[in-house]
Amino acid sequence: MSAIITTDRIVAPVPLTGDARLAELARMKAARKRKDRLIEGVLLMAACVSVFTTLAIVYILVRESVAFFSHVPLWTFLTDRQWTPLFDDAHFGIIVLLAGTVSSSLVALAIAIPLGTIIAIYLSEFAGHRIREVLKPVLELLSGIPTIIYGFFALLVVTPLIQKIYPDLPTFNVLSAGIVMGIMIIPYVSSLSEDAMRAVPMSLREGAYAMGSTRFQTATRVIVPAAFSGIASAYILGISRAVGETMILAVAAGMQPNLTLNPLEPAATVTSYIVQVALGDLPHGSVGYQTIFAAGLTLMLLTLAFNLLGYWLRRKYREAY
Amino acid sequence: MSDPASLSPAEKSAKLRAIIRSHKRWDIVFGVVGLAAMSVGILTLVALFAQMAIDGFPRLTAEFFTSFPSRRAGQAGILSAWVGSLLVMLVTAVFAIPVGIASAIYLEEYARKNWFTDIIEINITNLAGVPSIVYGLLALGLFVYTFGFGQSILSAGLTLALLILPIVIVATREALRAIPQMVREGAYACGATKWQVCSDHLIPYGMPGILTGVIIGLSRAIGETAPIITIGALTFIAFLPPLPFVGEAGPFEWLFSPFTVLPIQIFNWTSRPDPAFHANAAAASLVLVLLTLGMNGLAIWLRYRLRKNIKW
Repeated sequence: MSAIITTDRIVAPVPLTGDARLAELARMKAARKRKDRLIEGVLLMAACVSVFTTLAIVYILVRESVAFFSHVPLWTFLTDRQWTPLFDDAHFGIIVLLAGTVSSSLVALAIAIPLGTIIAIYLSEFAGHRIREVLKPVLELLSGIPTIIYGFFALLVVTPLIQKIYPDLPTFNVLSAGIVMGIMIIPYVSSLSEDAMRAVPMSLREGAYAMGSTRFQTATRVIVPAAFSGIASAYILGISRAVGETMILAVAAGMQPNLTLNPLEPAATVTSYIVQVALGDLPHGSVGYQTIFAAGLTLMLLTLAFNLLGYWLRRKYREAY
Repeated sequence: MSDPASLSPAEKSAKLRAIIRSHKRWDIVFGVVGLAAMSVGILTLVALFAQMAIDGFPRLTAEFFTSFPSRRAGQAGILSAWVGSLLVMLVTAVFAIPVGIASAIYLEEYARKNWFTDIIEINITNLAGVPSIVYGLLALGLFVYTFGFGQSILSAGLTLALLILPIVIVATREALRAIPQMVREGAYACGATKWQVCSDHLIPYGMPGILTGVIIGLSRAIGETAPIITIGALTFIAFLPPLPFVGEAGPFEWLFSPFTVLPIQIFNWTSRPDPAFHANAAAASLVLVLLTLGMNGLAIWLRYRLRKNIKW
């Protein structure tokens, strides 16, 4: 055997004998172990990228916000009723932007939660297998469409449509942006809720049917309560999508700060304000530049609060089978 | 109503039937309501496509793809936008795919069950819920100003890579988890090291699931607007990034070039009052949607095709 196979995985047939051969094998084994440990280190570093991302997000937001709050006291930030950070007479009342976020989210949720829940019940308890296999992916396309296109749709289709019914509606308004946002969120609510309902054991359904319940009674009195923790977390996901949604609002809701909960008016939200500032040309390090980080921190805390609420709800209402 | 006991058996059963009928009626009502709710979503989708197709289709000429944006709507095109999108996606893929797959392999195959692994897991779940605009702020503070990458293709690509990282990780982990334990045991029994098990068996067998996750992640990234606006991508770009090795440009010069992407071009055209630009926006939206849906379709097809070849 003179041919030497050069793959590192096969022991090279060098004619070693006795101790020399054992030593050679031990050396190769150690080398293999070293290589594996090295690779594990590289993989660990990759896994840490996501941790660093979170740390970096928190660091950047807090660093710029601290600089911001050294100019603007936290109390004014929370209680001022005007938001005019780029004017000479600057006011920084985050409540104005929060009003926009709340009203747009409420409109969106008023669409997404009822429709999403009904669709989930329908798909899980009423629809046949074939209908579900066809309709569910089609519905999920809704969440795959880029949000900028929804913004375009809200501004150029939905707003004119509503203006036919209610002619006083301004071109930019929270209502049509919220409606379109709600439709976009439907799949988030319906998919997760449906998964939760389908996870309810068959025996509960069979029990209900055996007692003479109709489909509707089974769905509303047995399945929905049993799947409540999953449905609640679907709602929470929907809420945090609505709160964090940016482009639909930036395009269709106007970007004027407006302290109102009336969806028939234009308003700026926390997210669309960030877009508005980013579109302009603010010098790095100015108070105006820092406001978007303070707004971002507010947004981050809001979504964090909803995530924690969702976690708590799942814990509290989990049904174990 | 009379006392049920005083009713004759025939009357009783007639009454029972009426009750059952009235209860069953709700089943039918709900069936209709459910279909109506579904159709709200589906009709929106149809209306969205119809509107884009009607407004945008006449603009979809070859010149539309080979022209730069212009002040005159009729001559404007999406050349710089699609080239920008392509290059940003390239950077995103180059970063997100290896890092995502590596993290998933670490968490699924290497990690011991301890508090540190728990932190990584909780963290990935949370990152998936962070609004995309917050990633934009991260990029603005970190990539643009701290690292000094500027408002470049590199900054945008890295931002979107971080954004889709959770998607890639979750998909890869699911793919790895679906591989039966016996594959690993067989490979170990033949003397493979952990890495050999991963690279020679788990990654190839998990490929359908991994690819699906990667493509779905990229299709999400290509439509993201908010984070890219936040880092300050310009909307009016009438030039292309420098080609590598052409003229003065080095191999990586294009990474630091200003750029625009399709969603930003759409945003720009949408926010102009002139309806002629809205037609451009519709046409560009059509291109973007077809790209996104095409990628999703490719992912579904790949999963289907590659899964057929693997039978456990």
